[in-house]
Amino acid sequence: MTLQDTVSTFTELERKVFPALAKEHLLSGVCRATGLSQVEVMRAFQWLGNKQLVTLAPIVKEMIQLDEDGEKYAKKGLPEKALLRVTDTPSSIPDLMEKSGLGKQEFNVSLGVLKSKAAILMDKGQVSMTVAGKAFLEKETLEEKFLAKLLKRALPREGLADEEKFALDTLLKRKRIVKVQVSKDWKAELTDDGKEAQKIDFGSIATEERLTSQMLKDGSWKDKSFRAFDVSSKVPRKTYGKRHFVNQANAYAKQIWIDMGFEEMTGTFSDTSFWVFDALFTAQDHPVRELQDTFYIAAPEKGRLPEQADIVAAVKQAHESGIDGSCGWQYSWDEEDAKQNVLRTHTTVLSAHTLAKLRGVKKPGKYFALSRVFRNEALDWKHLFEFQQTEGIVIDPDANFRHLLGYLKQFFAKMGFPEARFRPAYFPYTEPSVEIDVYHPIKEEWMEIGGAGIFRPEVTVPLLGEDIPVLAWGPGFDRIIMDFYEIVDLRDMYKNDLKQLREMKAWFKA
Amino acid sequence: MPTVTLNKDVFEELVGKKLPADELKDRISMLGTDLEGIEGNEIHVEVFPNRPDMLSEQGFARAFSSFIGHKTGLRQYDVQSSKEKVIVEEAVSDVRPYTVCAIVRGLSFDDERIREVIQIQEKLHVTQCRKRKKGAIGIYPLEAITFPVRFTALPPKEITFQPLESDREMDGLQVLSAHPTGRDYAHLLEGLEKFPVFIDANDEVLSMPPVINSHKTGRITPTTTDVFVECSGFDMKTLSHVLNIIVTALADMGGKIESIEVEYPDQKLVTPDLSPARMKFDLAYVNKRLGLTLSEEEAVTLLGKMGFGYEAGEVLIPAYRADILHQIDFAEDIAIAYGYENFQEELCSTATVGKEDLFERFKNIVADVLVGQGLLEVNTFHITDRELQTERMRMPDLVPIALKNSLSADFDTMRAWLLPSMLHVFQNNKHNEYPQSIFGFGSAFVADESTESGIGEQPRLCVAHCDEAADYTYARQMLDSVFGALALDYGVEAVEHPSYIPGRVGKIVVEGTDVGFIGELHPEVLDNFKLDYPVCALEVELRKIFDKKNKI
Repeated sequence: MTLQDTVSTFTELERKVFPALAKEHLLSGVCRATGLSQVEVMRAFQWLGNKQLVTLAPIVKEMIQLDEDGEKYAKKGLPEKALLRVTDTPSSIPDLMEKSGLGKQEFNVSLGVLKSKAAILMDKGQVSMTVAGKAFLEKETLEEKFLAKLLKRALPREGLADEEKFALDTLLKRKRIVKVQVSKDWKAELTDDGKEAQKIDFGSIATEERLTSQMLKDGSWKDKSFRAFDVSSKVPRKTYGKRHFVNQANAYAKQIWIDMGFEEMTGTFSDTSFWVFDALFTAQDHPVRELQDTFYIAAPEKGRLPEQADIVAAVKQAHESGIDGSCGWQYSWDEEDAKQNVLRTHTTVLSAHTLAKLRGVKKPGKYFALSRVFRNEALDWKHLFEFQQTEGIVIDPDANFRHLLGYLKQFFAKMGFPEARFRPAYFPYTEPSVEIDVYHPIKEEWMEIGGAGIFRPEVTVPLLGEDIPVLAWGPGFDRIIMDFYEIVDLRDMYKNDLKQLREMKAWFKA
Repeated sequence: MPTVTLNKDVFEELVGKKLPADELKDRISMLGTDLEGIEGNEIHVEVFPNRPDMLSEQGFARAFSSFIGHKTGLRQYDVQSSKEKVIVEEAVSDVRPYTVCAIVRGLSFDDERIREVIQIQEKLHVTQCRKRKKGAIGIYPLEAITFPVRFTALPPKEITFQPLESDREMDGLQVLSAHPTGRDYAHLLEGLEKFPVFIDANDEVLSMPPVINSHKTGRITPTTTDVFVECSGFDMKTLSHVLNIIVTALADMGGKIESIEVEYPDQKLVTPDLSPARMKFDLAYVNKRLGLTLSEEEAVTLLGKMGFGYEAGEVLIPAYRADILHQIDFAEDIAIAYGYENFQEELCSTATVGKEDLFERFKNIVADVLVGQGLLEVNTFHITDRELQTERMRMPDLVPIALKNSLSADFDTMRAWLLPSMLHVFQNNKHNEYPQSIFGFGSAFVADESTESGIGEQPRLCVAHCDEAADYTYARQMLDSVFGALALDYGVEAVEHPSYIPGRVGKIVVEGTDVGFIGELHPEVLDNFKLDYPVCALEVELRKIFDKKNKI
């Protein structure tokens, strides 16, 4: 940027202040020279400072000013002179006080001053003027001279003449005559660039601040030129509305599922244990069904079993004696347990409902869900009682384990993790089961991201009515969100701090 | 899932082969257990609940040795008859109907061995035995016992013995109240008229299952060589598996297994029964499910790596395996033996069409309008605090759906409406910039007999604005912008609602259906939430509106 460019970005204020700096360097001086307020000049100083045309330095000064009584004395003379004048004839103190017209305090002070200067003599209650007194009366004292000068304007303490310093010390001992005011001024000194810029002719530089509709209507814009702005400078932040960052991430994940040809499943958060556990071949004494893991509803404590009696009978058989060549869990299945209402612990319950709806419909299908699930946890930095899960199923008579791994690879590659590895795992409702690790390209480490598998025949036969392979996987999605937003404490996902929400970056992931 | 700590030296000796550290780690993970880490001489692994036989050094090493191809195929365990007898009396049929027993001789118990045995027992208690609810295991030094042993049930006052780690004799009830282990498991016996006990021929109490052994006759010491093992409980199948897992582990420690005759009132059993179960093998099914083309020979080799035997089309399942229910379980074991890393990944060729749920798309349209109005979306929990939903909103008569077992009193209720959650957001944001304009989606929970669960869930939208200038007009503008975008025919009718300022609240009606409320919040409500600025808000049942739109 040339100096010419710099000068052309001057605001109205800078254009007034900068020329004044040729002669004046102080804030106070520039104010006088330009007629601008201190605030305005100071703002211009700072802008010019940012452009490195001036260097700014604070100047602290002590100014001597007249106080209340000081102004009166400066105009009418000091009270001791007034008192001395009325002592031309010896008088008693009460008479003098009355004649002088001074207040009691002023009178006492004046009397003291005159005594110290030997201007009066006190004898048997009578006060009379001395010879020195006469001389004192006729002479203009140092204090009077000083006050007269202060009446014209305040004086900086620094640079007072010796007599003035003496007068000041004397006056400061008395009350309300003079006061010391500490004043802060600013000095703006031109830099080399600043001195150079002083030579530039302002007349040729654009001045128009705003393009107005009037200029457009009457065409006057043609004769105007507009002040250049310093476009690199910051402006005040403006807030805007936006989706919650978790929902932004959800939209992205949903798009991936849809791109891969999956149809969305939705459903209720509360459901009977039948759908959440029994239909998924989770034995009734399985630990996950215990009170410390699953939220149970107090009222209505129990719901109804589904109307499809064949499904209920088949689920019961799968648990008790097995179905389709399975020997089952071999216990007595209690339908009352299955009626208990719970908050769903996984989105797999939606897959169970979907399979039941597809009973008798022979067509391949792919379905996904992304929603809240619940676990009975106490809230802390790595446990939430409500969190998100995503889940996908592929129903296809020709599907096999290799397809499951293929889908997992593709899905996680789309989620930004091109490398995935698979380990054996265990879930009650899938066989074979898989644990998925993805490679974190930035952290350069493997990250456990979720489970997968093929639904067991004990799940598919009662729900679908036949043993068709159903590939299923349910990665924990909150983990990926936390990773992107660099959130460490799970609670920060749903704390709804409006400042956090306003400032959170937008979700964008390749 | 249980985590076990394995002694690496013991483990490697049992495996019979030492692997480099990296390979050891890799193979452990690929066998189907979650390796937590190897520290010095300790291997920490998480064993999945379907493989309780791997909860000991011995069982883990057995599976591992097969998996790496060192010692494959079905392990044979020799069982001799001990000629001893355990008599199960009628009295236990109501309280603890079953037991299975065994004797193992020729063991040596140093401190390490005792740790190993205690670990197997504890881990099986937690997993297969469901914290001793389903079954419990007792191990006793054989020299302290005189056969025949009786398994019976007695009134607790008549049971007298000195429990393990105690210095005095107690009766059955005292054990439950005065002994630490007794207190832990008291809930499993409380209220029963008779408690189960094992008693030997000298009328010495051996144990009071599932709680504790006797100090005198039920404590393994470094001088013990022969042990009596029993499992008692409610499910014969589980008990047999647990016993088989323990005795085979003890045999792998160098013990000789002997059977016992368990005499029930109506039948006689000889336990343990370590003969393998047989199941027909369906190679075509397994190949199809895995996407492989294994020959029978290849499949049999892979089965051998998982510890199975094979004879004339049948798989021989070791007596300690509790997880083989169906062909599919062979498929998984074959996949593990084949190596998950060796599968060629592939995509299905079947074409399907992707589709977002229509209601979700509808919600996005609503959100777009509100974001355009400069509102921030918040994400609140469905589980909330009852008082927040009711009294604080001047709605003391509202009865939200309650949870039975929440760990936290602040989160014991399913919300009946969203507005209290929004006000709570304002309460938590008093330090932040105003105006605060927010919206959120979420479900409200109400009793509804028409649904299977009896709970109705209503997806809703709530908009709230907190500011010095918040007023009805603002709320109405938001309503108009959303409903305008949806081209709805709607109106607002004056109504009374305790949470709002009288005269400044209305119900929102769409084509004759009430869908929600709109208005300025009552100052007392604001005061309850300690808010310093007025709030205007609206809450609507989005699903009702969607259903109307979706019909057209």
